[in-house]
Amino acid sequence: MHKFLVHNHGDHVGVATSDIAAGERVVGIFMDDDSTIELLSNHAVPLGHKIAVSSVAAGGDVLKYNVKIGVTPSGFAVGDYVHIHNLKTARW
Amino acid sequence: MVHSQGMFGYRRENGRVGVRNHVIILPVDDIANAAAEGVSRLINGTLALPHAYGRLQYGEDLDLHFRTMVGTGANPNVAAVVVICIEPKWAKRVADGIAATGKPVEFFAIEGNGDLETIRRAAWKAREFAQWASELQREEVSLNELTISIKCGESDTTTGLGSCPTVSYAVDRIVEAGGTVFFGETSELTGGEQLIAQRMATPELRQKFMAFYDDYIREIKAQGVDLLGSQPTEGNIAGGLTTIEEKALGNIQKTGSKPVIGVLKPAEAPANGPGTYFMDTSSAAAECVTLMAAAGAVVHFFPTGQGNVIGNPIEPVIKVSANPHTVRTMSEHIDLDVSGLLARTMNLQQAGENLMECLRRTVNGRLTAAELLGHREFVMTKLYRSA
Repeated sequence: MHKFLVHNHGDHVGVATSDIAAGERVVGIFMDDDSTIELLSNHAVPLGHKIAVSSVAAGGDVLKYNVKIGVTPSGFAVGDYVHIHNLKTARW
Repeated sequence: MVHSQGMFGYRRENGRVGVRNHVIILPVDDIANAAAEGVSRLINGTLALPHAYGRLQYGEDLDLHFRTMVGTGANPNVAAVVVICIEPKWAKRVADGIAATGKPVEFFAIEGNGDLETIRRAAWKAREFAQWASELQREEVSLNELTISIKCGESDTTTGLGSCPTVSYAVDRIVEAGGTVFFGETSELTGGEQLIAQRMATPELRQKFMAFYDDYIREIKAQGVDLLGSQPTEGNIAGGLTTIEEKALGNIQKTGSKPVIGVLKPAEAPANGPGTYFMDTSSAAAECVTLMAAAGAVVHFFPTGQGNVIGNPIEPVIKVSANPHTVRTMSEHIDLDVSGLLARTMNLQQAGENLMECLRRTVNGRLTAAELLGHREFVMTKLYRSA
């Protein structure tokens, strides 16, 4: 049973569709072609919150819907919880 | 699919189709609220629309006030209107605007009469209108005769995953059938404004849209602030949305895939025929839906993640949510549960067809959650302070 969904291939983050525990091995589904991805979560990620499906270096753009949703000042690794602590708007 | 068939609405004097049969008591200004509410308390089947404004407004702000007043009365969900104002001239201006639709309308001025005499006279007229309206019959209508508005609220990541794509499916179905759809929320397109600009049917519309967008951003900057802390909201962040760009991209998921054939001022009625229109609005739910109803929308689709409870007195608001917590903890507010899209027990076509069926039933008179709970948020947009 999947625990997160990713809008598009190439996105850096997916969205938890159930609460994910730290250290949990979880399956996600790419919504554009129904393919799956499995990864180890590094943190607890509540339902609706984001989990990294690829790493991004400090200062890098973060993609979701294949569009830039902001930048990560600190960078993050696969399986990290991604939210206001490591993702900032590029607009204001 | 057969779901869109078998819809029955009210065809008004000007041929436009409504799905409700309101007789409204419309105060043109704040100080006429008491008289308007006095009339609605006396006469069953009438609805007063109290609001906060209408005195000493000027320029574009005054134009918007009149456009909202006239447009609200002219909405096809309204059978007849009693207009009340402190002064006769502005009362007549609003009444004349509404009367252009051919529906029954009468105006009353308080000055020189007082509230009690005004209520007495207006109540007699309201009694006549309400009884007349009660005998109007629904007749078969089709999708191409409907104008639908869309706006989401208390968004979270489930909005972009589930409820907005569900609305998008229905929007495409309605536009393909020859219907009309409004979307807006200018500031909430930030991060995705180029995606909307690319959907404009002509270069002129693209320019007009970007001018509205740039104006809004300039207006925010002129306040010497940014929207950090307001956009996204506390509720959005609790729901997992991190940045305005992410929120905007989720928001845009509900707008369908068709070209945008018109760019409207707030509360401006569409003039380019059926299709998808952008309207320059605030992203505050009640303000946005009030403006869209004033432009003629008769049903509203409202995707929500964390659970916005808004309603509107003129158009029924259909709430759609894909958040499994919200559909359980706030079930009295939700008309359509599409949380199966997250669990993958339901596909987008099923969710979209369920929404079309919900639309059909709502058109036919089934009360929405917001109607049942008495949500009638009528909130005028004010562009700047009064003189």
